[in-house]
Amino acid sequence: MAVAIEALADEMYKMVAETQGKKNLKALDLTKAMIAKYGEAECSKDDCKHAIRQLIDSGRCVYSYFGGSFITLPHKEGAAPE
Amino acid sequence: MADGNGKPKAQMLDELEKGPWPSFVKEIKKAAETSPVCHDLMGQLEVSYEEKRSHWKHGGIVGVLGYGGGVIGRYSDLPDQFPNVAHFHTLRVNHPSGWFYTSDALRTLCDIWERHGSGLTNMHGSTGDIVFLGTKTDELEPTFKELTEAGFDLGGSGSVMRTPSCCVGQARCEWACYDTMAACDDITRTYQDELHRPAFPYKFKFKFSGCPNDCVAAIARADLSIIGTWRDDIQQDDAAVAEYAASGLNIQKDVCNRCPTHCMEWDGKKLTIENKECVRCMHCINVMPKALRPGKEKGAAILIGAKAPILQGALLSSVLIPFVPAEELLDTLKELVSRIWDFWGEYGKNRERIGELIQRVGMANFLDGIGLDPVPEMVGSPRDNPYIYFQGKDGDQGT
Ligand code: SF4
Ligand code: SF4
Repeated sequence: MAVAIEALADEMYKMVAETQGKKNLKALDLTKAMIAKYGEAECSKDDCKHAIRQLIDSGRCVYSYFGGSFITLPHKEGAAPE
Repeated sequence: MADGNGKPKAQMLDELEKGPWPSFVKEIKKAAETSPVCHDLMGQLEVSYEEKRSHWKHGGIVGVLGYGGGVIGRYSDLPDQFPNVAHFHTLRVNHPSGWFYTSDALRTLCDIWERHGSGLTNMHGSTGDIVFLGTKTDELEPTFKELTEAGFDLGGSGSVMRTPSCCVGQARCEWACYDTMAACDDITRTYQDELHRPAFPYKFKFKFSGCPNDCVAAIARADLSIIGTWRDDIQQDDAAVAEYAASGLNIQKDVCNRCPTHCMEWDGKKLTIENKECVRCMHCINVMPKALRPGKEKGAAILIGAKAPILQGALLSSVLIPFVPAEELLDTLKELVSRIWDFWGEYGKNRERIGELIQRVGMANFLDGIGLDPVPEMVGSPRDNPYIYFQGKDGDQGT
């Protein structure tokens, strides 16, 4: 049975939270990790796309730019003046 | 940092007002009369010129809620000295296809930006977007709200499909071999997710030119260039050719001798074109627009892999599909793009443009990966290394 989008979003969130500050993850990294875990039959690229959309639209994660685009936890702007 | 009149000190910037050409300093100074943001911007810029270094810090914030692009975060590292530019974010606004605006639309854009930002714009950025220069973090969402209410949307930034752009095409130009504006608009709407939600290894640009004159310089800048062309013979009006000759045009020198494949002949009365040798460069048509026109069987060539020098050197596009009839263009393009994006997503490294990936893995592997057969038109220039041996099908050495 296909993995539920919410479950994928939760797993992705966990990955982002665990790697925050150590490694920046891209949407592609999250997608590849989910497909590696569940197999393409249970978790398609489109499912992953929807899960990422849910993560971002709910505000649990945000897009950030550090030379490329990454998905991170919401954070205070590093470059913003105090 | 101000002089006795409260005006920003700008001796070095003043130099950039000299000469007969337009000056961004002149424009910012005008805006500084009413805008404290522009006042501080001048001040910080003057310091940068004096110290020969930038005082901007980039990064972080990239969009409004739900978007992963369209905003380029920028902060001053001299916020105490220039508090009005402590935040100076840029917004990219998706331009209309072909950059056609009503004056009302332009006023609307300018009014929105004066309410929420510095009022300074760049029409247009190198990708084509309308660029709004300088606002605070708190103003991003209100600006976006007003823009969307007025029918505009943010453009792309970061690892997304960047805002597609096109030449004016059939709206104004008789050389357009397909409807560039319709194609650009369709691709922009079809790939909204790819435009706003970064999911690629790096940026991906589409540019649509209606003919090989390539007014949007797709061949030099776009990851996927769609350049109008024709398959049959150049349309020729002999009477009009004779008129050009009678009015003093040196057809031999200025047309035939400059044809890159020397496929034209002029005997003083009649112009003959060996059309199968023509590479559709547009030179002769540009010189004699009343006498020559693109053929009737119109469409586009699809090319891949150009980029400006950023991380690595510049690349020009390579031919991927030499000719697609105009009526099949969008379907072909979408099918092709999904295969290209799959391959790039699978094998592309972080910050690797599609052209760089093709260079790394080789065109043959790339074509194999996207399921396209090689054709002679993909060859940029004939091979010049004689030490190549071909294998026959049965394993014998071929010739
Ligand atoms: S690229 Fe060709 S069709 Fe487009 S505006 Fe330029 S000359 Fe006209
Ligand atoms: S379009 Fe260019 S290549 Fe073709 S005949 Fe004219 S000048 Fe020659």
